[in-house]
Amino acid sequence: MFAFILRRLAVAVPTILVLVVLSYILMFAAPGGPFNAERPLPPQVLANIEARYGLDQPYWKQIFNYIWKIVTEFDFGPSFKYRDRTVSQIIGQGFPVTFVYGFWSFVVAVVAGISLGVAAAVKHNSWLDYFAVGLSIGAQSLPNFVMAPILVIVFTLWLQWLPGGGWNGGQWQYVVLPVIALSTSYMASIARITRSSMLEVLNAGFIRTARAKGLPMSRIIWKHAMKPAMLPVLSYLGPAFVLMITGSVVVDVYFSTGGIGQFFVNAAFNRDYSVMMGVTILMGVLTIVFNLIVDLLYAWIDPKIRY
Amino acid sequence: MLTSRTSPDQILDAAHRAEIKGRSLWRDAMTRFARNRAALVSLIVLMLVFVFAIFGGYISPHQPDYVDFMLRGNIKELGVPSLENGHYFGLEKEGRDLYTRVVQGTRISIMVGVIGSLVAVVVGTLYGAISGYFGGKVDSIMMRIVDILIAIPFMFVIILLLVIFGRSMIMLFVGIGLMSWLNMARIARGQTLTIKNKEYVEAAIASGVKPIVIILRHIVPNLAGIVVVYATLLVPELIITESFISFLGLGVQEPMTSLGALISDGASQLNYGTTWMLIFPLFFFLITLYAFFFVGDGLRDALDPKDR
Repeated sequence: MFAFILRRLAVAVPTILVLVVLSYILMFAAPGGPFNAERPLPPQVLANIEARYGLDQPYWKQIFNYIWKIVTEFDFGPSFKYRDRTVSQIIGQGFPVTFVYGFWSFVVAVVAGISLGVAAAVKHNSWLDYFAVGLSIGAQSLPNFVMAPILVIVFTLWLQWLPGGGWNGGQWQYVVLPVIALSTSYMASIARITRSSMLEVLNAGFIRTARAKGLPMSRIIWKHAMKPAMLPVLSYLGPAFVLMITGSVVVDVYFSTGGIGQFFVNAAFNRDYSVMMGVTILMGVLTIVFNLIVDLLYAWIDPKIRY
Repeated sequence: MLTSRTSPDQILDAAHRAEIKGRSLWRDAMTRFARNRAALVSLIVLMLVFVFAIFGGYISPHQPDYVDFMLRGNIKELGVPSLENGHYFGLEKEGRDLYTRVVQGTRISIMVGVIGSLVAVVVGTLYGAISGYFGGKVDSIMMRIVDILIAIPFMFVIILLLVIFGRSMIMLFVGIGLMSWLNMARIARGQTLTIKNKEYVEAAIASGVKPIVIILRHIVPNLAGIVVVYATLLVPELIITESFISFLGLGVQEPMTSLGALISDGASQLNYGTTWMLIFPLFFFLITLYAFFFVGDGLRDALDPKDR
């Protein structure tokens, strides 16, 4: 197990390094520096500013300083657009919002998806099964940027039940629509995977034995079938969790939640490279860390897996 | 003595006829595919969408970048879809003809998906086949590179690329091409590992064929089945990726458009009650995606040796 953790770290650390260096190189390659205004600055002033931001040093040293500051002080440098804020402040403001509804989306997707999948498998070939299959195919190719407008039409414009945007400190009315928009397609995938793996398990010999013993169906499902059926689902949940936390840019933008994705897109429009880099690196690190945790969990739960 | 000698030609002819009756792997797959009703219907739908995307512009009297100033002042009432003034799908928010815009958007979305998928097929297959065939150190280094790249959140990197090098179609293709081949390389490698132990590869090695020829002649053609399936399923994924970026306003730029950009525009105008601006692009987006998914699924069922 220990060797396995080490081996995974041996991939994770270079990945993060590649990501940091890649985005830093991209920034150097960008035409024009961050301080090239329409009216060119006097050379002395420019030199002073560049010295202030450390841009006069050789590239390798800049990259090294950048990484060093992130690791030691969680400091991604100043924002190029908002001179009075640092990238870390922007991330600190946006990330909690994204995390809150990302987390709830995950909970909703897992609970609803697994229940739907199990119900469909147990009532195989019933209307419930067909409904679940239809829903999961439908929802899977319905990306969240299509979900979001539809939800707003129905719940905000027609029914007028929920606000169509904003965050308001995370009041529940404001969280509901982003959560639905984000969780639907993941719920569909989870339901589909649960259904097919549950069907496979229910056809296995040990389930027949349990039924022959006369155990009630509910007990068979919870006690015997659930655990083996959940393994394929679990391997999907890891990446899904990461994607929900990181991949909610559209939801952030559409519902104006003030989450990290909104800052990222604004930075993209403003050419605020340091914010973009900071967010990209943060998301990359999160992705890698969560994938690592999931792999470890998986190896711990399923002793058959030997790395 | 034989009374009549069979000429070599006749023998060949008979052999040909026998061959036609024989069932090749692909013919088998085709019959299985044809039996799958959903996949077959989707294939037809997909062809119709392709025809629409390529020739749809010819049946409209309008151009996609022409602003109809006569109707622009009151789009909500004058811009509704109508057959009389030739705006079959109505006007979009700037007063341009939505029908021709949808044709253009569908064309560009499909183009992005198909080209990205082709990059994946060429680069991914070759990379995977080389990595799997040589094995050992080469394999572990090449696959480690893929592992590293695959863990990078590419959506963010593509946006970074687009912002830094300017938003153009070429950058979009580069960005999508960069990420699309990774999974394909993994799949191709896995399949190569089983193929390279087959007798015909051994025979080729024994007769001194060069590795590169073995890969191109013997391994790549045998990867075709799985590559075709995966490439078909990759197209809708890439279309979604592109639409996602265009939805944020960072993808395809005016006067060009894509389905994602049109959906975004339509969604932003919802408050004014001009629902057709959302519904038409959304419809074409969804049928294209569904059709690709079902065709891909059908191909997988038809080509997957496990289900035989």
